[in-house]
Amino acid sequence: MKGFEFFEPTTLAEASRLFAGEHAQLLAGGTDLVIGMKALTETPQSVISLQKIPGLAGVTAEADGSISVGAMTKVREIELSADIQKHHTALAEGATEIGSIQIRNLATIGGNIAHASPAADTVAGLLVADAQVDIASADGERTVSIDELFTGPGQTILAPGEIITRFRLPNPASGSHYIKHKIREVMDLAFIGVAAAVNLDNGTITDARIGLAAVAPTPIRATAAENLLRGNEPTAELLEQAGEAAAAASSPISDLRCSAEHRREMVDVLTRRTLQEAVARV
Amino acid sequence: MAKHPVSLKVNGDEYDLLIEPRKTLLAVLRDTIGLTGTKEGCSTGDCGACTVIVEGQAVTSCMVLGVTASEKEITTIEGLASDGELHPVQQAFINTGGYQCGFCTPGFIMASKALLDENPDRTEEEFRHALGGNICRCTGYTKILEAILNAAEEVKTSA
Repeated sequence: MKGFEFFEPTTLAEASRLFAGEHAQLLAGGTDLVIGMKALTETPQSVISLQKIPGLAGVTAEADGSISVGAMTKVREIELSADIQKHHTALAEGATEIGSIQIRNLATIGGNIAHASPAADTVAGLLVADAQVDIASADGERTVSIDELFTGPGQTILAPGEIITRFRLPNPASGSHYIKHKIREVMDLAFIGVAAAVNLDNGTITDARIGLAAVAPTPIRATAAENLLRGNEPTAELLEQAGEAAAAASSPISDLRCSAEHRREMVDVLTRRTLQEAVARV
Repeated sequence: MAKHPVSLKVNGDEYDLLIEPRKTLLAVLRDTIGLTGTKEGCSTGDCGACTVIVEGQAVTSCMVLGVTASEKEITTIEGLASDGELHPVQQAFINTGGYQCGFCTPGFIMASKALLDENPDRTEEEFRHALGGNICRCTGYTKILEAILNAAEEVKTSA
């Protein structure tokens, strides 16, 4: 690992000012950055730790029924949070899929998202929760929807000095589920990840949200599939059509892990299965 | 690059050190303090050999910068025994022969200890899954699992 200057600011404004500088990296849980620095794929001249800034960690149930999740919340805390397990099951399940317990005790949800891997395990759950992302900088704050955050693999709309502070989940689902297509039970990356969240009224789907990871340059919502579902009963035939529509929305690549054809086929299969389970949980 | 003053609380002892920010907690424990019970395996977080307990949570110390561990309570394998008595997990590994070359053992024991502190009442399948971040290259998993299940029973009955 190359040497670097280490900073532990206690305010967001100071962290943002430091982060806006040349060759600066933010340190949250460190599970990506420290490994990258060892491999020399990351060679920052300054590393800015966020752990001394108060108010960035924790899961809070708000009075209006929404849930807010601080960016520095450990993935393990999200996995074990009763509020998230109940109202955003897909997100809790996604958190459980990351690395090992030792890694989940370090890794943060802000890091998992800011790293902008299309295969991040918490991202599909955030997509189907309609998560709003609070972003701070020395100049002020702004909020974007999670589906506007990513621009490509490892790329986001975040400007120099901007720091994700919080995810707000306004939209509790009556049933949601996440499936990670993988080989190993633990310590594996997703071939693909599929989350589905549904709200039902009297047997009719009033809202459906489908989030797909690792099947396009960025995580995506399968909006055509969602539109097919809304206003209809979740019959086997309809869920099959939704699976096909989700597969059509994907644009996966072939890599050493599996082929694009396999990925697209599995989007179809796993979208149907996540929907079935999400509906069963209502 | 400037060194930083840190105060590490390891196994109840305080160490006031001046360390380079690029030193991992694992390197500080082993090379600076001299506690070599914690092992460096893959150094990429995949094998779990470097597992220590920080503020009650098992973490892979190869992924933690030492400067970020200042003022936190750290427990390593050297800190498990008290008054000459081995921790039930340590004793269980000895009783079942839950080690071969022994290199992964401190990591397995620390990960198991954290699991038992959190909840000893888990099924075999749950223990297997929860220990997925620890790898034994000798593949001695049967005896390791037996040790953990025995230790869980011991912890439950003595609680």
